[in-house]
Amino acid sequence: MRWGVIIFPGSCDDQDVFDALKRDLGQKVKFLWHKDDLAGHFDCLVLPGGFSYGDYLRCGAVARFSPIMRGVLEFARRGGLVLGICNGFQILCESGLLPGALVRNAGLQFVCQQVMLRVEETDTPFTCEAKRGQLLKIPVKHGEGCYYADPVTLERLRKNHQILLRYVDSKGRPSPSANPNGSLDNIAGICNEGRNVFGLMPHPEDACNKLLGSEDGRKIFSSIAAACAQGEQRHA
Amino acid sequence: MRVKIFVSLKSGVLDPQGKAIERSLHTLGYSEVQDVRTGKYLELNIEASSYEAAESRIRQMCDKLLANPVIEDYRFEIEG
Repeated sequence: MRWGVIIFPGSCDDQDVFDALKRDLGQKVKFLWHKDDLAGHFDCLVLPGGFSYGDYLRCGAVARFSPIMRGVLEFARRGGLVLGICNGFQILCESGLLPGALVRNAGLQFVCQQVMLRVEETDTPFTCEAKRGQLLKIPVKHGEGCYYADPVTLERLRKNHQILLRYVDSKGRPSPSANPNGSLDNIAGICNEGRNVFGLMPHPEDACNKLLGSEDGRKIFSSIAAACAQGEQRHA
Repeated sequence: MRVKIFVSLKSGVLDPQGKAIERSLHTLGYSEVQDVRTGKYLELNIEASSYEAAESRIRQMCDKLLANPVIEDYRFEIEG
């Protein structure tokens, strides 16, 4: 399978994602520049973390109008897999590919720490290799990661099983103290209704190697790789 | 024409900055202050044939970029 990692001006985790995919998971990865049109065949596009366009106006608000985003929207519409991490999640929300928004952390401070996540759904290409209820230790590093959606949208997310990851404590309970940013319902990651677009605030690319303190982030990438391999088999 | 745009957080959205400012004002002795909400203020010049034309363009800009309808409301004033 082929991965594309999009670089926006101000992205800073593009290299981390590239390294995790290539070195830790042995995947084929290519960088994509935000000013280019999306060309070539890709199975999964990654919008990495960082501070695209300096977070001016709102996080992700300007990046969503980058030339490459037209191709990303079309790619997602056709069912292509799109993964947005941190600032990438913010861009996906701003562009309307995912519902809701990410606002300033409730505690106002930038959080940079390992968090525990609970896998809530496994019938998606992003979590299919995990077990339901499985705990993943993956770091967060953000100032604006508080997930917000209006009550109607939130109810729809729950009903459609679109909440894929929640912040939990070491016993797997989604308690207020386990919530690093005040996100509604301890939401750490959601997918769209089509289940081919996934956004999350934690950084799986920073948890793919023992040296970094956790390898749990691999679950996300290996799920995507497994889902794509299955798709290729079906088409063969 | 000169346009002044005010972007504010919708009422249900948490505003931790507003809360921190409120606490700070209380510390300074302004105990009568309540419900501080922060927002954004933008000014711009626009060329338009009429007030209505300017209004329609500004509304588009706000809906597309300047405000996020999920979390923010906006209003604007056109002068001159």
